[in-house]
Amino acid sequence: MNPPLLVFFVLAAMAVIGAINLILQRHPIHSALSLIVVMVALAGLYLLMGAEFVAAVQIIVYGGAIMVLFVFVIMLLNAGVEEHTNASKLAALAGVPLAVVLMGVLAATVAGSADRVQVLTPGSVAPTKALANLLFQDFVYPFELTSFLILVAILGAIVLAQREKA
Amino acid sequence: MVPTHYYLILSAILFGLGVVAFVFKRNIITIFMSIELMLNAVNLAFVAFSQALNKLDGQVFVLFVIVVAAAEAAVGLGIIILIARNRQSLNVERVDLLKL
Amino acid sequence: MLILDNLWIIPLLPLLGSATNGLFGAKWPNKIVNYVAVGSTGLSFACALEAVHEFFQLSPEKIPWVKPYFSWIVAGDFRAGFDLQVDQLTVVMLLVVTGVGWLIHIYSTGYMAHEGGYYRFFSYLNLFMFFMLILVLAANYSLLFVGWEGVGLCSYLLIGFYFLRKSASDAGKKAFIVNRIGDFGFMLGMFLLFRTFHTLDFVPMFKDAVSQQPDAMGQLGTITVACLLIFVGATGKSAQLPLYVWLPDAMEGPTPVSALIHAATMVTAGVYVVARSHVLFMRAPTAMLVVAIVGCATAIFAATIGLVQTDIKKVLAYSTVSQLGYMFLACGVGAFSAGIFHLMTHAFFKALLFLAAGSVIHAMGGEQDMQHMGGLSKKIRWTYITMLTATLAIAGFPPLAGFFSKDSILLSAFQSENGGHALYAVGLLTALLTSFYMFRLIFLTFFGKPRYDEHKVHVHESPKSMLVPLMILAVLSIVGGWLAAPAFLGSPDYFARFLEPVFAQGAGGEAGAAAAEAAAHALEIPLAIVAVLTAAIGLAVAWWLYLSKPQKPAEFAKSMKGAYTTLFNKYYVDELYAALVVKPLMWLSRSVLWQAVDVGVIDAAVNGVASGATDIGDGVRHAQSGNTRSYAVWVVIGALVIIAIIFWPYFRPVAVGMVR
Repeated sequence: MNPPLLVFFVLAAMAVIGAINLILQRHPIHSALSLIVVMVALAGLYLLMGAEFVAAVQIIVYGGAIMVLFVFVIMLLNAGVEEHTNASKLAALAGVPLAVVLMGVLAATVAGSADRVQVLTPGSVAPTKALANLLFQDFVYPFELTSFLILVAILGAIVLAQREKA
Repeated sequence: MVPTHYYLILSAILFGLGVVAFVFKRNIITIFMSIELMLNAVNLAFVAFSQALNKLDGQVFVLFVIVVAAAEAAVGLGIIILIARNRQSLNVERVDLLKL
Repeated sequence: MLILDNLWIIPLLPLLGSATNGLFGAKWPNKIVNYVAVGSTGLSFACALEAVHEFFQLSPEKIPWVKPYFSWIVAGDFRAGFDLQVDQLTVVMLLVVTGVGWLIHIYSTGYMAHEGGYYRFFSYLNLFMFFMLILVLAANYSLLFVGWEGVGLCSYLLIGFYFLRKSASDAGKKAFIVNRIGDFGFMLGMFLLFRTFHTLDFVPMFKDAVSQQPDAMGQLGTITVACLLIFVGATGKSAQLPLYVWLPDAMEGPTPVSALIHAATMVTAGVYVVARSHVLFMRAPTAMLVVAIVGCATAIFAATIGLVQTDIKKVLAYSTVSQLGYMFLACGVGAFSAGIFHLMTHAFFKALLFLAAGSVIHAMGGEQDMQHMGGLSKKIRWTYITMLTATLAIAGFPPLAGFFSKDSILLSAFQSENGGHALYAVGLLTALLTSFYMFRLIFLTFFGKPRYDEHKVHVHESPKSMLVPLMILAVLSIVGGWLAAPAFLGSPDYFARFLEPVFAQGAGGEAGAAAAEAAAHALEIPLAIVAVLTAAIGLAVAWWLYLSKPQKPAEFAKSMKGAYTTLFNKYYVDELYAALVVKPLMWLSRSVLWQAVDVGVIDAAVNGVASGATDIGDGVRHAQSGNTRSYAVWVVIGALVIIAIIFWPYFRPVAVGMVR
């Protein structure tokens, strides 16, 4: 058991526990906090893989902006404990089996092709410079599109959340 | 070293948990958060492959996913606010105007 | 060679007449309809005469004269063309069809003058002429079959002319359906012939057939089977056993129809086909024997029924069936030219008999039952004289036409191997019966005290338009036979000599023919005397029963009640067919095809599809519940399916390993 593997298991356990907690908690604010834990764990895993820029972006954008937005909205709407209604028989019946099957399929896929994927360079550090080059040369068109997308999202959010004209 | 398929299995587990939350939770905001969880799981898979194949394309794609998730969160939460205002409840089962 | 190059004109003229009258005649006065109908037929007759005239100028190697016009069907190596052919046999048929047809058209203008649907009648009659001419002019079996079917159609249309009367429309249907049964056999025969000879054209087929080995007696070779099948078709069309049942019912149609179609032309189509196919028949002795036996049996069968009928037209109908039997008997024993000769003379006197009967019916204001007639000879003189002439002809008294034709048939029957003496005896007996019932008809109709109410019925002679054709046909009945007067009377047999090039093809050797000739000469005179005696006996018996002792027939009927009722009810053949064939078919149609198949299967399938779609819709609509969470589940299910499909090759080893 080498140190990277140990760190991996710790972070993985953190992520899984956080996800399970998200399901088990009844108040949405607790679920939000669990999700933040998951994201931090994932950021750790990114660092372990050597993707420093992605880890930083994960913390800053995902954890620092998106989740904060979620928490703001939960507090704004004064969300309470979840009610216990059950209008969908289908969800109650098929929910768990579906999830199990899904995980099984994915796991089987991974297991079945485990021998085909190998690690080429152990723990190489991804230089941010190379990433930036790639982003602004090969992927410049999607990059510009995403900036446009953000603009549209901003406008949409503003229009949607306006108070009704009295 | 951590074999790649460990990451992939973790990604699968997180994705499955996200699906479970998506199906079972009743609060709209919680359902939305489960979607974010699923996206994160996919991001993990991308980065794992990026490291395995020693190409940076996976990580670039992760950046795009994060950006899109942010935009989607903004607009989605705006809609959720409207729903909350309209239906006076955050229970997704109250949003059933299409029911016969 | 104006007409011979344009033979299509001969059938086309009546077709144009038919179309014109059919499309426009409804608004026209009778006079215009007459001009169109009688004119087109008369022109056709004139063209036929011209064609015959040109035919006589042809050199022998050009005969048969075949004129292809266009390819009607070309499929693989099968070619059926609209080809018209003229040889000596065609000449005879052509003149009979157009000549007698034209006379009957003229007669109809008088007879049908006060009937409704006048234009329709002439349209159908002209259409019939068209199809019949196609039939006799055809140069291959397929075009002949077109004409064959077409005359069947016209027969149906004309028999059911008074379609508002149920018995008439039923009779029309019966005629068509029974004909179709025969046509089925005919078609099978055609298929077999095509398969054997790879062509349906007469000239190449017969040339090919001559070189083939003839079938032995009793052997069911290809040619024998084909000939038997064609004879089945002839049985239907020419009303022989067992498909004769439609002809007596066909008397529901107007009398000119009975005269033209069911005496002179359509019913002779069967005889024509057998004569045309003589090359094939002469190579199939079994088929010839069958033809002879069937013809002979039909002759006597129908004659016995005709003995006791009381409707004047029914007597003539059974007489027609009987005389057609004679023609087939002649063909069956190899005397094809005698058969065709009888066809021609029969056309004359039978048409005359029907037309005169029509004149009687017209005079009696529609009465057809002989038991309500009597004593008409003085009142409708011309009708009486012409009808008597025809009766003398059909009974076989010399020197009228019937004597010569019947005599030559009986002579040939006597001389044939395979039971010729038996055939002769039956034929002679039939001649006796024929003479008897024909004179019975004359005596009942024209002699004795009037058995009708003279105040109610005003007997009047028919107009000239009806009488002139009668007289022309009477003259033909007298002189028509002289064409074939046998050698013992000193004249050469013009008719047989004329037809010899047609019928000699494929016949036996020269020596056999010469020996037959010699034997024939010796027998002719004794047989002729026997025939005349027979006719005289028939006349005498009829005289005794119906003139001198009129109460005798009723006594006989009472004493032989069983026989009398059987004969009167036509041996119950119609009832037998109804029980054996019609009833099961109706049951099959109703219970199986209608209820089980049409309603139970087809309708159920269509309705089932409709209700199935409704049921499916009913089931599927539950997916659209309006419930967001179940929508979420469906999304997951869909995503799962897609993921599984895409990743299948990758987790297949795991899945297969787990299953194992």
